[in-house]
Amino acid sequence: MTTRPHSRGPKPSRLSVGQVGFYAFLILSALFFLLPLYTMLVTSLKSMEEIRQGHIFALPATVDFDAWKTAWSGACMGTQCLGVRIGFWNSIKITVPAVVVSVSIGAINGYALSLWRPKGSNLLFGLLMAGGLIPYQIFLYPLVRLLANLSLYNSVAGVVLVHVIFGLPLVTLLFRNYFVAIPEELCKAARVDGAGFWRIFLEIMLPMSVPMVVVASIFQFTGIWNDFLIGLVFAGRDNLPMTVQLNNIVNTTMGERAYNVNMAATILTAVVPLAIYFFSGRWFLRGVAAGAVKG
Amino acid sequence: MQAKRKRSLAATIALLPTWIAAIFVYIGTMVWSVRLSFTDSTIFPSSNYVGFAQYVRLFRNSRWLASLENVLIFGLLYVAGCLALGFVLAAALDRKVRFESVFRTIFLYPYAMSFVVTGLIWQWMLNPTLGIQATVRAFGWQGFVFDWIVNRDMAIYTVVFAGVWQGAGLVMVIALSGMRGISEEQWKAAQIDGIPVWRIYLSIILPQLGPALAASGMLLSMGVIKTYDLIVAQTGGGPGYSTEVPAKFIMDNLFERQNLGLASAGATVLVLSVVMAVAPFRYALAMRARRRGAH
Repeated sequence: MTTRPHSRGPKPSRLSVGQVGFYAFLILSALFFLLPLYTMLVTSLKSMEEIRQGHIFALPATVDFDAWKTAWSGACMGTQCLGVRIGFWNSIKITVPAVVVSVSIGAINGYALSLWRPKGSNLLFGLLMAGGLIPYQIFLYPLVRLLANLSLYNSVAGVVLVHVIFGLPLVTLLFRNYFVAIPEELCKAARVDGAGFWRIFLEIMLPMSVPMVVVASIFQFTGIWNDFLIGLVFAGRDNLPMTVQLNNIVNTTMGERAYNVNMAATILTAVVPLAIYFFSGRWFLRGVAAGAVKG
Repeated sequence: MQAKRKRSLAATIALLPTWIAAIFVYIGTMVWSVRLSFTDSTIFPSSNYVGFAQYVRLFRNSRWLASLENVLIFGLLYVAGCLALGFVLAAALDRKVRFESVFRTIFLYPYAMSFVVTGLIWQWMLNPTLGIQATVRAFGWQGFVFDWIVNRDMAIYTVVFAGVWQGAGLVMVIALSGMRGISEEQWKAAQIDGIPVWRIYLSIILPQLGPALAASGMLLSMGVIKTYDLIVAQTGGGPGYSTEVPAKFIMDNLFERQNLGLASAGATVLVLSVVMAVAPFRYALAMRARRRGAH
């Protein structure tokens, strides 16, 4: 992605009617995009009494962080009242290994498929690409049975495995496209010098592909953190990721809904990917663009 | 000769885990699911073949038919909405805009968040007794009605809002990077001819962005068929089953209603529809690549 600071049109010498309208459009759009975040934030800082009065967009009369505390360590999911922190740690336990493993395998796949091309490479790549397009629902039940037979069902290892398998198509694609652009001579020269498959990978290709490793990791991290379906089906009660726990807290509570707690819990669930988005900036964009344009 | 074989053996071994995943998970489970769709399996898989009976049952099921209609409405409006809003936002940012990166950040941040979070935010904003409707009424317009989320005929459109809010930024990023790649000469030529700016975007820029927009439209469409968590979080498929979607229908029948055969038939229908949608597109791409290669 090249985002050169390069713009069109005449320099804005003075504010014309057109320009006012134009900025009005941009600012209105920005408000539309920000409104939900703002609403969540102010709701999470209000007391329930204030929420009942019904001014959803009003600033809180008194800022109150109780809802945040409850959301983190006391919100109930069914009969269990331990807050979203359980889900937070589960999400970490699931996401970190899944990202490491899937990016590693994806890098090896991309390298092997583009620079070595052993027998059947094209077929495997085609299978992966087709697999990446197919709705997960067709895989789910047999996969549950398969994992149950391997004693991996309802375990962190099981969810990680499923994330890795379903992440392979995209990560492999990213790395294959990256390595395809590397001159083959480099690989050949190393081979003449006696380096083998793994040495070339570890000493030449992997260091060269650090930018792609970063992009793929960000892409996978946000994707897996935001997943709901796989966590719901494969994690089991004790290992539910944050997204599933959040939905359970918000959508199955008995009695009056604690909207302030719900909104605080929602923000807490969104915080990690948002932080990655804000701090990784251009890397996130590259991941999105790479995943989108070639998907 | 010996050494060469050894090297490619390493590459073959490196791809082995991916082969296993592709054969056992992608192909194996799919074949298994398709087989199940021809049996009378309920809670456990059975090997009692009943031909197309599950498919007949599926297409006589009003809930399934409603889910197909809903996903069609949602999909068309969601993809069209994201493409239109994303393109307009990109065109606006492509002009000389102050704080461009701030606007860009604001437009894309929802894309970093999960569908569960998106669904919950919008559920909260659209809540008729506390959300937008209540706020407008509190301002004095007592007769104001905006209860779409609890209205059977309108609920599906509220999911479109949430979806477009989440996905438009992605299209904006892709379109903007495409616009930055268009040469300055074309702009100068068009401006010398006195063509108004909006006409330039519509007649000159838009056609050139065709492939990039088609790719992002494709990506969004793939997401449509998988739409599950957004619905679960925002409306739970209700009111009634006015926001039911196929992915959710299949999940419910797989894991709650114990209709394994019926759910597998639904999943098979989904896969077939993806294949039918993607195949012509891929074929066209392959043909174009071949033609380009011939030159």
